[in-house]
Amino acid sequence: MLRLPRLDVATPTDLDTALALLATPGARLVAGGTDILPNLKHRLGEPPLLVSLAQITRLRDIIEEPQAGVLRIGAGVTLTQTSEHARVRALFPSLAVAAGQVASPLIRNMGTLGGNVNLDTRCRYVNQTDFWRSAIGGCLKSGGTVCHVVPGGRNCVAALSSDCVPVLMSLGASLVMRSPNGTREVPVADYFVADGLRNTVRNDDEITTEIRVPLPTMPRRTAYTKWSVRQSIDFPLLSVALRFDLEHDRVSAALTDVRVVVGVLGARPREVTRLEELRGRAFNDPEVIKAVAERVHAQCKPLENVPYEAPYRREMLPVHVRRAIAALVAAG
Amino acid sequence: MPDDPKTTVPQLASTTWQIGRVHRKVDAMERMRGVLRYTDDLTLPGMLHGKIKRSPHAHARILSIDASKALAMPGVFAVVTGKDFPTPYGIIPWTPDENALAVDKALYVGDGVAAVAAIDEDTAILAAAAIEVQYEVLTPIFDPEQALAQSGTNPINPYAKHGNLSKEVLLEFGDVDAGIAAADLVIEGEYFFEGTTHAAIEPHCALAHVEPNGLVTVWSATQVSHYLHRELSKVLGIPAHRLRVIQPPLGGAFGGKSEPFDLEFCVAKLAMLTGRPVKILYTREEVFYAHRGRHPMRMRYRTGFTSDGRIVAMDAKTTIDGGAYSSFGLVTTFYSGQLACSPYVMGAYRFHSRRAYTNKPACGPKRGHGSVQPRFATEVQLDKAAVALGIDPIELRRRNDLGADSETVNAFKIGSNGFLECLARVEAASGWRERRATLPYGRGLGIAGSTYISGTNYPIYPNEMPQAAVQICLDRSGRARVFSGANDIGQGSSTMVAVIVSEELGVPLSDIRVLSADSDLTPVDLGAYSSRITLMVGNACLEAAKKLRKKVSESVARRWEIPPGRVMLIDRQALDRENPEQRVDLAQAFWWAEEDHGLLGEVGSYNTPKDRHGEYRGGTIGASPAYSFTAHVAEVEVDPETGVVDVKHIWVAHDCGRALSRKIVEGQMEGSAYMGFGEALMEQHVVDPAHWGVHAGPSLLDYRIPTFLDTPELHSLIVEAPDARGPYGAKEGGEGPLHPSIPAIANAIYDAVGVRMDELPFSPPRVLRAIQTRAAAQATGTITMHKDGNR
Repeated sequence: MLRLPRLDVATPTDLDTALALLATPGARLVAGGTDILPNLKHRLGEPPLLVSLAQITRLRDIIEEPQAGVLRIGAGVTLTQTSEHARVRALFPSLAVAAGQVASPLIRNMGTLGGNVNLDTRCRYVNQTDFWRSAIGGCLKSGGTVCHVVPGGRNCVAALSSDCVPVLMSLGASLVMRSPNGTREVPVADYFVADGLRNTVRNDDEITTEIRVPLPTMPRRTAYTKWSVRQSIDFPLLSVALRFDLEHDRVSAALTDVRVVVGVLGARPREVTRLEELRGRAFNDPEVIKAVAERVHAQCKPLENVPYEAPYRREMLPVHVRRAIAALVAAG
Repeated sequence: MPDDPKTTVPQLASTTWQIGRVHRKVDAMERMRGVLRYTDDLTLPGMLHGKIKRSPHAHARILSIDASKALAMPGVFAVVTGKDFPTPYGIIPWTPDENALAVDKALYVGDGVAAVAAIDEDTAILAAAAIEVQYEVLTPIFDPEQALAQSGTNPINPYAKHGNLSKEVLLEFGDVDAGIAAADLVIEGEYFFEGTTHAAIEPHCALAHVEPNGLVTVWSATQVSHYLHRELSKVLGIPAHRLRVIQPPLGGAFGGKSEPFDLEFCVAKLAMLTGRPVKILYTREEVFYAHRGRHPMRMRYRTGFTSDGRIVAMDAKTTIDGGAYSSFGLVTTFYSGQLACSPYVMGAYRFHSRRAYTNKPACGPKRGHGSVQPRFATEVQLDKAAVALGIDPIELRRRNDLGADSETVNAFKIGSNGFLECLARVEAASGWRERRATLPYGRGLGIAGSTYISGTNYPIYPNEMPQAAVQICLDRSGRARVFSGANDIGQGSSTMVAVIVSEELGVPLSDIRVLSADSDLTPVDLGAYSSRITLMVGNACLEAAKKLRKKVSESVARRWEIPPGRVMLIDRQALDRENPEQRVDLAQAFWWAEEDHGLLGEVGSYNTPKDRHGEYRGGTIGASPAYSFTAHVAEVEVDPETGVVDVKHIWVAHDCGRALSRKIVEGQMEGSAYMGFGEALMEQHVVDPAHWGVHAGPSLLDYRIPTFLDTPELHSLIVEAPDARGPYGAKEGGEGPLHPSIPAIANAIYDAVGVRMDELPFSPPRVLRAIQTRAAAQATGTITMHKDGNR
């Protein structure tokens, strides 16, 4: 069978110990392990030490703070818990949907929201065994010097494949990062960079402790739409988070803001631009569907980094966006 | 076997107490509780772990192999290379064209070149990496037509006799050209089956152990213990009687474990060299490289019809992509044509099939060996004809039905035939007549039919011995022990023999121990392939069981002073049929019989009829004692905007002759339909020519098989047309029910949105392109809107 490289595992019960252990050169964090362990079996890295966050109970709380206007979700909350939590479902239905669509029930029971946010980028030429990669001479992300997706490319375009990240970004969420030097809060929108080798601004000594999602201040409608070949287990091949803020709590109300974030393009989620032009239009105005779909299609260009032809996936983006908006409008 | 089947259709006795009922499989509880020991669960004292080093090149000459660094590592015991296995082997005795490890050349990415045995798996992995192999990289060929064109300049397999042509078969029955010329309608089509693999959940695994006296035992997750035994003997140079092959319980096979693989030779050789038990377990990636899955085939068909829908001629030209080795390819090449002649009458038939070597994992048999691909072509051709002629596609099939006790155009003799009933059952269950015309654009129903063999009359290596044998031993405790060579691969063959023993001898299933597939304990059986076991092993078992029943009945009758015919053995009792108050425990009956006869043991064996085929070269290949028949109706919903095909239902009617164990037959029917459905919509076993021939994704994440959520509602409709040659009339049920899946779905897609999917799989991009092409033609007025655009 595929074996893990030889490594030690530490299971600290508090964050300070975890941070201290993380100072070990080459140490990596493991939360649910559903992403890093397969990757290590593929020898995408051989860390001497895994610092497990599983025993740190502090990371597993979901706390609503109306005064601060935020829902604080511990990074160690599992995807199943996220998708089933009553307040998450009530306040952020698109987040509950996205978390509930990750992989399969068993993986969602292990995988955490913090882990899903920090999911490594994926590529058909990277997420293979080391034997397979050696047969193609590796690539920018795995011991080689070329990119097999963009011929001649110097920049890794492995795909952001998290279901939850586009949604969190559309909701204006931010991440709380702890390091031995203190705590900082980074908006999800600023957390990701366009580099498949390392697509976040997380420093090696930092741990994501919390996801903070601002409580809605206006009526809104949100959706997450994902396409994959199978109804379970697959990573998204197409992934869009949508958010429509409304003046009043009805679909005929005027839009006050529109946010659309698309995943599975390159290493960074793409926030679709020029949507502010829709402000003031009624949400159920058919022009809204048309305008959003057009902008998504114009601005998002899938690559051959994941299976199924990129031109097909591009053609499908506006289709899925149209359907998602139509469903929101129809739901009233 | 009697020769006039019409007079000998098996009837079930009114006292049947097991045949056709629902049974718990004999190993069900162990499987469900997770306590069954698969090959990888076996551990022996001092056991070493082996690892096979594989070629990263699709085509390369091996210049040198230096294992010195690996051998110097602590915990490394031995390294073997191709030089340790100079004798080539092959499952088909006429085409031995592979070595346990590559000798001079590696022929695909993943071909084994060396193997190491070490103290644990991690050490073995490190040691395999430390073996240094120098290659001269050669130009690989991935396209079969190119391979055939380059036979002279770039031959792939060093043992091949005809360059890159692995096998060619051209057979003609009747005058095809005249038939086509005279036909009222000729449908021409080109079809492409892209290739799929088995994806059994259990990876291949083998363990070998050498006794102090030199006896070598190999445990392997195989479905052909006997052929493995023979090839091990040949390659290792050990007489067969010094070798023991045991097949532990399997976690699926589907044809993917029906020939020897590198790991079995390597564990045996490494165990012999080190004196320690050695085990190798494939990674999932290695399972994809071992492959032997369904061949890619490009099929060019011309089918001629009369205006009332009768098939006057069929002409098939097929190019088969074989991969690096022959495997069963000789048979596959015949099957690609020979098995297409039923269930329909056709005036004339010709097929020309060529199998090419390419630098890819070798193809072989997968559930419905060699005939699933041509079935796709044949049945879509029929559907196109039905549309062109304005005949209901079920009716068109009815008009061409071969019928029972008939002969195919290629001279196979058909016995029982329940095809018409299969058609009627799926027609009724799907609501075909009422619903088909009313389904809106985007929804459709499709039909397809098929036939399959219940084993082959001629074994893989020529011999006159029985194909199957079973020993049964009873004892005074009232139990039965059944020694069966058959490989139970999850299809339930051990349960099948237990059901027969139970039926005949009155022993409940719980009191029957089936010992299977251990060459030291059980008689030779040829293995789990060609859907042969129920008919052949069933017949052998029935013979032995009847002999024992006679002995037991006579002993009881003697003591009761009644004729033996009045003694019934049923439900753990012996009783007097005419005076049921007179009864004893079965254990007492066995006691009396043991008093009379000594140890109660009997053997039964089965050999095939040799008069069921035509007298022409190749006429024996595909000839079977009995043929099963199947019809599917698939219901699909096609999303015209995305090309996504959602298969809602598959109704499967299958004539298995007689369902010996109903749930198992239904399970095989559902599993078959499921597997074909996955092949139709999503499975693609391909290499990437743009990246030196690496596999496109050797994992169950990238090689997508449907999940539970994706699977349509499957409706199993058992049809029973008992055949004189099967035990109680039983025929096969494990492979036939797969065949119509793909064409039924293709035909349903046409019914839904008016596009022909002649290439597999029917993936969303392909379906969408076809819909857009049709829409463009509609826009120019070349064709009209499908279903009048009715949504």
